[in-house]
Amino acid sequence: MQIMVNDETKLIASRFLSEALIELGYGETKVATAVDGVFVPRSARGAKALEEGARLEILAPMQGG
Amino acid sequence: MRAYGIDLSSPLMLGTALYDSPAILADSVRRGRPGAVTVSLRRESAGLQAGQAFWELVRGFDVPVLPNTAGCHTVREAVTTAQMAREVFETDWIKLEVIGQGDLLQPDVFALVEAARILNEEGFKVFPYMTEDLVVAERLLRAGCEVLMPWGAPIGSGRGLNNLFGLRALRAHFPEVPMVIDAGIGRPSHAVTAFELGFDAILINTAVAKAGDPAAMAEAFRLACDVGQLAKTADPMDERDMAVPSTPTLGKASFAS
Repeated sequence: MQIMVNDETKLIASRFLSEALIELGYGETKVATAVDGVFVPRSARGAKALEEGARLEILAPMQGG
Repeated sequence: MRAYGIDLSSPLMLGTALYDSPAILADSVRRGRPGAVTVSLRRESAGLQAGQAFWELVRGFDVPVLPNTAGCHTVREAVTTAQMAREVFETDWIKLEVIGQGDLLQPDVFALVEAARILNEEGFKVFPYMTEDLVVAERLLRAGCEVLMPWGAPIGSGRGLNNLFGLRALRAHFPEVPMVIDAGIGRPSHAVTAFELGFDAILINTAVAKAGDPAAMAEAFRLACDVGQLAKTADPMDERDMAVPSTPTLGKASFAS
């Protein structure tokens, strides 16, 4: 299935967000996720099904002012 | 400063961006001893791990973190970013920025009030980045904010306190509300002035990170906070338009020939 990850096109086999994060190489890293502009908490990733063309945002800590 | 029932160890809040290296940031935190540091969220490529390394560095500071919603232009972006920041940084504090004008990075105060209302309802402790407008302040307080963060001048401009009259009016109108001057402070003297006007804290980033010696400047700001706070509690005199002699005139010698 084709999805957008941080605005880049990715082909993934996973159907659920938690599996997709592992497949995409984010494994245990400290990130927050949103699908189609809606925050998906860590606890809900296992049950969050991804649809074809879904827009996934994966954000990590960064310097800020 | 006391915010949302928590006492900050220092009224200096320090941004973590724009330093030439993590070591310079760490030195600046060590010498500035801020009561909080601001952080943000950005996209990260798998395998890069830059965000993880940064998070480990910040955790080592042992200072409360205040995540921001920098770069957000809509209510929805700001709310979603805040929700993501709460999970990643494990805090319900959020420095709420909703930018409405690109050249001055001026807050969109209409979206700000709406985003603040939503986030306060969701249990966030919102630190709203605002203009010094009294009506906006009133709306933000009504939306549940317990702290206000008026700008001194546009972000990164270093111009200090652009509208002294407006800031003084804001301070006078809401004497009990903790207020942080956020953005625009360029020099320690600006910080001293902020406290002398009655403000409770300052938030700075560029002024330290882009100084020739950031760590020394962080210490200068720490000392300025001490000076300003002491002056604030000492209740500075009012300005006068005319001279008033300080040396007593009574008993003055007469040398008239």
